[in-house]
Parts: sequence; structure tokens; C-alpha cells
Amino acid sequence: MKIAVCVKHVPEQSKRIDPATKRLDRSGEGAINPFDVHAVEEALKLKEDRGGEVVVVSMGPAGAQDSVRKALAMGADSALLITDEAAAGSDLVATTNVLAAALESEAPDLVLFGQQAGDSDGAVLWAAVADRLRRPVISQVADLSVEDGKVRGKRQTEFGYDVIEAPIPAVLAVSDAINEPRYPSLKGIMGARSKPQRTVSLSELGLEGGITGEAGSKTVVQALSDPPPRGDTVKIEDDGSAAEKIVEFLAERKLV
Amino acid sequence: MSTLVFLEHHGNELLKPSLGVLSKATTLDQDVSGVVLGSGVRGLAEQAAKFGASRVFVADRPELEAPLPQPRVDALAGLVRDREFDTVLFASSVLATDVAGGLAARLGAGLNWDLTDLVQQNGSLIGKRPALGDTVYVDVGWKDGPRLALIRPGTFDPQGVAETQSVEIEDLEPQFEDFSLAATMVEQAHAESEGPLIEDADVIVAGGRGLGAPENFKLVEELAQALGGAVAATRAVVDAGWYPYATQVGQTGKSVSPKLYIACGISGAIQHKVGMQGSGLIVAINKDPNAPIFEYSDLGVVGDLNDVVPKLTELVRQRKS
Repeated sequence: MKIAVCVKHVPEQSKRIDPATKRLDRSGEGAINPFDVHAVEEALKLKEDRGGEVVVVSMGPAGAQDSVRKALAMGADSALLITDEAAAGSDLVATTNVLAAALESEAPDLVLFGQQAGDSDGAVLWAAVADRLRRPVISQVADLSVEDGKVRGKRQTEFGYDVIEAPIPAVLAVSDAINEPRYPSLKGIMGARSKPQRTVSLSELGLEGGITGEAGSKTVVQALSDPPPRGDTVKIEDDGSAAEKIVEFLAERKLV
Repeated sequence: MSTLVFLEHHGNELLKPSLGVLSKATTLDQDVSGVVLGSGVRGLAEQAAKFGASRVFVADRPELEAPLPQPRVDALAGLVRDREFDTVLFASSVLATDVAGGLAARLGAGLNWDLTDLVQQNGSLIGKRPALGDTVYVDVGWKDGPRLALIRPGTFDPQGVAETQSVEIEDLEPQFEDFSLAATMVEQAHAESEGPLIEDADVIVAGGRGLGAPENFKLVEELAQALGGAVAATRAVVDAGWYPYATQVGQTGKSVSPKLYIACGISGAIQHKVGMQGSGLIVAINKDPNAPIFEYSDLGVVGDLNDVVPKLTELVRQRKS
């Protein structure tokens, strides 16, 4: 079974939005999106159980190589990094255009995502990619099994548990409750460099200009502002009357 | 503008966050339609009329019985194209997020998520989105239509309209793609919670590690009950198995914005903060005076929650009786 895991390289510290471009500043140190590490782990477990191969797919700046290497060090077999200045500033639709093209060229049986992007808090990409690939999707999967050409995922929603089944090929997003990711071994880290890694541009994926990057995006960032200030904090120590003070505070605001 | 609001339901009720978005939409656009997708859901259309929808589209089909996203993408894509809606609004949920993502790809449309407000500015629609752990607010827009938006649950309250307008109900006959029907729901175990859902609640009482033990959640539950509110939990206690995931507030759980949020034994790490700092009023009870939650609460109480919470519950009960 061939499993593709999509990973995102996200800024590590001091996240900021560049006021000039209104894009997230991706020039500093980055790391693999922590949610995606769970998807890598789940792919490796499936491979260990059932055989096959795991390919890491990422779209990002050249520095995203670090995140790809981390996944390879954990045990993934190969990697495809799409990096192109013309892809910078891509929104959901533009990113979907690129990832779907890359995934079509890889033709995996399963595509795995983490449950959200740690930088944008987005949780919409897998549904968009699944639609473009015309494959079934199961999101928020906290327990995964594969049997007889089908994948079965258990997940929690606002109302309780769902168990959803889909034929392979399929697209899955896994919750971070699904597993405890392994740490790369020293051998894994040393071996990562020699694993097959391809870096491709948009034209090498057969993508034309205009459908990626800012040009291909349908959303725009118009302005940045500070969060609205909260009122002053009243802080008290409990001297036995804290409960009364809370009730008073709430009563003044007509909340009790 | 021509606005369509995705009206999500559970059982025989339209969900409150969806109705809140519908109410908000009627302040931005005179002609707002709702859409209800499910099986045996025709009766729900009337509910939407009470919140200002002038037209409700209903697809009542067995393929739409399970709350799965892809057949809903098919139904919505057809509707948006046929009727040329330029704006489609969703209240965020597990289902709505997947539907909106799929629809964005299908229509090649712009999707902005996690919005906490929608405004008209110089004739164009602008969404407000807290980003980077809510440290910066971003004004987001769309280059062209259709404009898709996911709104944080609890952002807008449903506002009943004084006089129920006559609502036009139109039946849809969606065409489904084969791949959209490939995923099937094999089991649903819905724990019927006793109190209100946290997305719907005006008051939330939340418990964290500081409770010390799972059985101490009863302190939180009793206070929530006295206030007529819902119980929420932090990531740490959900991971520890003390409380169900459906109640988890924070980055990997839900974002809520009730009128009152009482945090009991919650340190208030950034991952929790992003899920609740939109609350109207935040009261924190924690024995650690340096807990980060005190930096963003309106009233902070440094004290032992085992003393403070039961007393508070008792006082609230007395006031109500």
C-alpha cells in the first residue's frame, strides 16, 4: 500500500505577519506542523502492519526541507517537496490546486493529513483536496483500521462518536489523539539524507501560472489590527468571601 | 448580495450557531436563503423562518441522512451555481468545516475561516479573524464570488423576528457524485448530554487539571447546573480521560464565546486561551497566583476551588430560588 502524508512547514517561534505583504513571515526558523507528526506516525504504523511505502509530500519554502527530513528520519521512504516563489501566498484553493496535482502524480492508496495547521489554524485542506481528487474523505480520525480494501475511522463530533468507512483510495485527516509519535532514532536521522527526495517547481508538476500563489488565490488579507483590549482584570485572594464577591461581580453585570 | 446560509441540524432541531449566522446574515443582506440538507428534515424549514430566512431550500434525501460532508458538497454546489449565490455562510462544526472545504474546491471559491465578525465596508464584505493565538486581528476579504465563510460558533446569537414572514420552501433534487457516496456511516454513538451543548451555552463552567481528580468534576457540573450552563474541559483533562472530547475547549477542541466563562483550576495556556477568549466575561479560580489565565480574565480569584466553587454554587442556587 502506498501512503502519502502531507506535511506543512510552519514558523517555530515569534510568529508574525509581515505588514508589507500581509503574509505570515516564513523567513525564520521553522518546523514540521506538530499535528502532521501524528499523520506521519500513523502512516508508518500502517506500513509496518501491512507493508508498502510512505511518501512525504510538502509545499513550502526551501526551508521546508527540514520538515521533510524530520518525517524521513521518523521512517518515511521518500519525499516530494514543491517549492516555487510563484506558490507563495497561496490560499486554500491555490494550495489545493498544487497539492492535488502532486498527489495525482504520486497516485497513493491513502492520503493522510494532520488535523489542522498550527500556523493558520486551518482545518479545511483535506476536504478540498479530496474533492479535487474525487476521493472519499474521513476527518478527525482518532482510531484507524484498514481491511479488505476499506478504511474505517472512528472520530468524535459535537454529539458523540461516528464510525465511518470508505473504500480505498481515500483521504484521511487524523486527530492528534490517534497516537504518540515516535522520536527519530540516530540511525533514522543519519539515513534520512540518503533517501530519495525530489524538489519540484510548479511547471515540473505541469501547473500553469495563475492558479497558484496570490494570483490563484480567491481570498485576500486587507488589514491587520491589534486585538480589542479587554477591560481591567480584578484579582482577589480568597479570604473566605471570594464566592460572595464573584456573585456580586456577576450580579452587577446581570449574569446571575 | 445574495446570501445562502447552511443550516445544520441534529435530531429535530436546527443548531443554534447556524441560526445565529442566519440572523447575522439578515442584517447584511435583505434577501437571505437558508438550506437544510438531510433525511426527514422538511419540517425544519419552518424553524428557519422564525430567524429571518425569506426562502429555505430543502433536500430531503436518504443519501443525506448521515452527517457526512461530500453529498452535501454536491447539493450545495448545484444550488449555488443554479441560483448564483455570491455568499455562502457556515457556522463552524466538524461537519460544516468539511463541507465548506469541499465546496471551496468544487467551486474554485475563496473560503475564510474562524471568523468572529462580518461587516460591510465600502460595499464589500469583510471578515474579522483572530490569528496567531488571537494576538492579531486580520481583516479578510474575497476577490470575487462565491464568497465562503466559516464563523466561530457562538459569535452571533439567533434573533427571532417579530413577525414571522411567510417563508418560501423549495425542494432540491441534488445530483450526487459516485465518490461523494463512497464513505458511509457504519455506527453512530450519540451520548445525549443533559445540559446544553457548549456551542449553544450562554454560560460555561470549565474544569482543568487543577481539579485534581476526575470525580471533582462534579463541583464544576453542580455550578454549571445552578447557572443553567454547560460544562467544558481542557485538553489536559480530556487527554487524561476525565471528561469527553466533545466538551474540550481550545486549539484542538472547540472555540466558544459564551456570555460568561468560569474557569476552575485552569492555568490558561495559549492553546486553551484561543478557544475561549472571545467570551463576554471570564472569571478564573486558580490557586496559583501566577497562572496565565489571570492575565486575560475579568475577575481572577486566587484560592482553593474546593472551597470557592461549592460556596459559589450554593449562593447562585439561593439567588435563583
